[in-house]
Amino acid sequence: MVLSFLNCTSSQTRHRPLTHSSLSSIHSTGRPLISSAACILPEDKEQKGGGDIAVRTVFFFLPLPTMASAQAMPISVWEKLTEAPEDAILGVTVAYNKDPNPVKLNLGVGAYRTDEGKPLVLEVVRQAEARLVADRSRYKEYLPIVGLAAFNKLSKELAFGADHPAVVANRITTVQGLSGTGSLRVGAEFMGQHYHTPIIYVPVPTWGNHNKIFPKAGLKVQSYRYYDPATRGLNFTGMMEDLKAAPDGAIILLHVCAHNPTGVDPLPEQWDAIRQLIRAKGQFPFFDSAYQGFASGDLDADAYALRSFAADGGELALAQSYAKNMGLYGERVGALSMVCATAAAAKLVEGQLKLVIRPMYSSPPLHGAAIVATVLSEEKLLHDWKAELKGMADRIIEMRHKLYDALLQRGTPGDWTHILKQIGMFTFTGLTKPQVDFMREKYHVYMTGDGRISMAGLSTATVPHLVNAIDDAVRNIA
Amino acid sequence: MMMQEAGRHVARAILHGSGRTGARVAPSWSGLMSGSARCISGSSVLSTWWGHVGPAPKDPILGVTESYLADPSDGKVNVGVGAYRDDNGQPVVLECVRMAEQRIAGIEYMEYLPMAGMKRFNGLAIKLAYGDDSPVIKERRVAAVQALSGTGACRLMADLQHRFRPESQVFFPVPTWSNHLNIWRDANVMVKSFRYYNPKTKGLDFEGMMEDVKNAPNGSFFVLHACAHNPTGVDPSTEEWKEVSSLFKEKNHFVVFDMAYQGFASGDTSKDRQAIRIFLEDGHQVACAQSFAKNMGLYGQRIGCLSIVCHSEMEAANVQSQVQQIARPMYSNPPLHGAHLVATILSDPGLKELWLKEVKMMADRIKLMRSLLREHLEGIGSQINWEHITKQIGMFCFSGLTPAQVDELTKNYHIYMTRNGRISMAGVTTKNVEYLAHAIHTVTKAQK
Repeated sequence: MVLSFLNCTSSQTRHRPLTHSSLSSIHSTGRPLISSAACILPEDKEQKGGGDIAVRTVFFFLPLPTMASAQAMPISVWEKLTEAPEDAILGVTVAYNKDPNPVKLNLGVGAYRTDEGKPLVLEVVRQAEARLVADRSRYKEYLPIVGLAAFNKLSKELAFGADHPAVVANRITTVQGLSGTGSLRVGAEFMGQHYHTPIIYVPVPTWGNHNKIFPKAGLKVQSYRYYDPATRGLNFTGMMEDLKAAPDGAIILLHVCAHNPTGVDPLPEQWDAIRQLIRAKGQFPFFDSAYQGFASGDLDADAYALRSFAADGGELALAQSYAKNMGLYGERVGALSMVCATAAAAKLVEGQLKLVIRPMYSSPPLHGAAIVATVLSEEKLLHDWKAELKGMADRIIEMRHKLYDALLQRGTPGDWTHILKQIGMFTFTGLTKPQVDFMREKYHVYMTGDGRISMAGLSTATVPHLVNAIDDAVRNIA
Repeated sequence: MMMQEAGRHVARAILHGSGRTGARVAPSWSGLMSGSARCISGSSVLSTWWGHVGPAPKDPILGVTESYLADPSDGKVNVGVGAYRDDNGQPVVLECVRMAEQRIAGIEYMEYLPMAGMKRFNGLAIKLAYGDDSPVIKERRVAAVQALSGTGACRLMADLQHRFRPESQVFFPVPTWSNHLNIWRDANVMVKSFRYYNPKTKGLDFEGMMEDVKNAPNGSFFVLHACAHNPTGVDPSTEEWKEVSSLFKEKNHFVVFDMAYQGFASGDTSKDRQAIRIFLEDGHQVACAQSFAKNMGLYGQRIGCLSIVCHSEMEAANVQSQVQQIARPMYSNPPLHGAHLVATILSDPGLKELWLKEVKMMADRIKLMRSLLREHLEGIGSQINWEHITKQIGMFCFSGLTPAQVDELTKNYHIYMTRNGRISMAGVTTKNVEYLAHAIHTVTKAQK
């Protein structure tokens, strides 16, 4: 790894003389330090991006001591920092939370809600949790760097199937990761360090955080066509063309199922063609699996694409998340699997993954992984989980139907069949940014700026309000 | 159907060069496209992208436990990783943690935390680090972000430093926790060092340290261990801390306090943060990487906090927002459970009091083990000066054993420690202290 080596700039004193200050440029707390003074520093005036008025009015001005008696005010190493923009997706919930209006509706982040609009902790999770708490023989020791062994094994089997040839051949290394994000990041860092072609192709559109994660790992992000706005379905021809034009050996990001944000998935025949092309070009598939079980309601069916790639002898990476399908969002549970050509290669890869993880967080958190391992390892809990998962998937499908029917009944202009055709947690509505903004301002309906709505956030009671908002937006805003 | 298909494809794979030679050869998959059912029999090895990947070195600390676990012999002793053990050599879950756990089980939702983590937890963590009545907290000048224990807090800090102070270097004491170097290296920050441990006195090389601090370019970043230095157990005295703080002011250096052992050094959490208090009183704007792994026994929960004292409330908000941007592409938001536990304990007076008692108990047991080990070594006639065993502070004793002596201890006595001679006193018990003393005496008999 090349270390950047810049000579230290010539020593700058961090203490500067005070200057006369005016109320309009106050940015310090005016607190009563011995060096108390509000001072204008020449750079300050340019740094004022972001931050709202409410914050500024907290500050107040105390009279300056005389120059002679005042000590120089230390300059902070962080003075040049500006406020970072909100995350595009998580920021929706932040804005929603700030909204005092009682009819507000959060269709932003993909977190499941019941028909009462409440978050849900699965029954099996509660049971597993209770068991863990009651077991006084359990400790909270450090996990190994690669995480909880039982969890890793069960995750591998969940994703690939216990009797999958690659699993049987022991050529998959699976390490526990910090949900989907953390698994993607560790995988990307590894690829950035060891893979010969540090370019990754992502579908257009894709989950916003993908575009933040891969550059951090030194991967150049390119894209391939995916979503067709005209049909609101897959642009299969465009996708194949772009993958063909992409360099041999490039990394290709693929959503295992329930594509986020569009809900558009290739058909099995299309997956087969995609796979053959990728293998012909020696490209490296990197799978993101955040919704296994949510697409069709069947865990195995949802993994078709992944399993077929893993079975053809080629290599791949998989980032797996339990945030949604086990409702373990905040516990950050996931796994990174590297399917390698040989068991020996898998072992080498595992060792190097540890070197990525150790300087990032040493070892992963225990609690969520222990819950997952408990659920997956016991027949009854596993069975019950599958039923609960299907229940969530079914409720989402029901919401799709309710929304579609309501729009049809209302006579809202446009073709809304994509609501029924798209798969998984999200509907890519096709609403424009101005329409999205209008719906937020007038109806307090919150969604991401690309028009993606989380069906999981919708309930029978709130469908009418959403329909009102969509109808108004579509009729009156371009 | 899947299996048959798989079999066909596997059989058709073509080998182009063995990965083991390190040659990066792109496998050709053109055979797969032909659609023919022709199979290649025999032992064709599938080619891999990773053939050039070398075996990774074992982590010098965590690798010790791996080796220990693999050892089948009875009477083996693990004084490697710094995880607390009771006098039966068993890991401990604190009572206050058990109670907190029962309190929160089955109650809360498991929604995503914000990127900066649990606000309630952050507020309580910084009070513990800076004091309940700390002016910097009252003035809302502290950016605080929940992190993945101490490692995660350090990594956020290192990435922040690289992003906004790319010209700066980071200085570590010699020696320091080995993972510090990995963290800052992966953050692409230039790593430097300053003298700290004096092998002759097995204490602090104060003059050396001050000289190196003075010679460092103004405005350098320094990582200082707030208390119970790892691996040496050697801490500056109050007076020495004051002098260090003054010199740091002259040089405009930035300090990151790594505080992984608050409560473990003296048994008193308030006393153990004296270095931070001294620096704050001097007007420094410090950062603190805080861990609850040891002092609350929450190792596997990965719960810690990165806090940065800023110039103003607005600056703290800006800094926090930027640290969030580092967390988002790393793990999005931190794990919930550990934060819940800590927040429950610290916010409940009864639980907090119980915790403080339990921390003191752990610290006291370690102090007792120090006395016993030293007594035994002196009692069996070792000619070496073992004073440092009781002078050093916290979980670790920097024994002065050489790597060769450590290897001998492992090979002949099944005693496991890191090769720099660091003994985790938490792994010492009344049952194994005599055995340990004898073994150490045996391998060191030759030297003076």
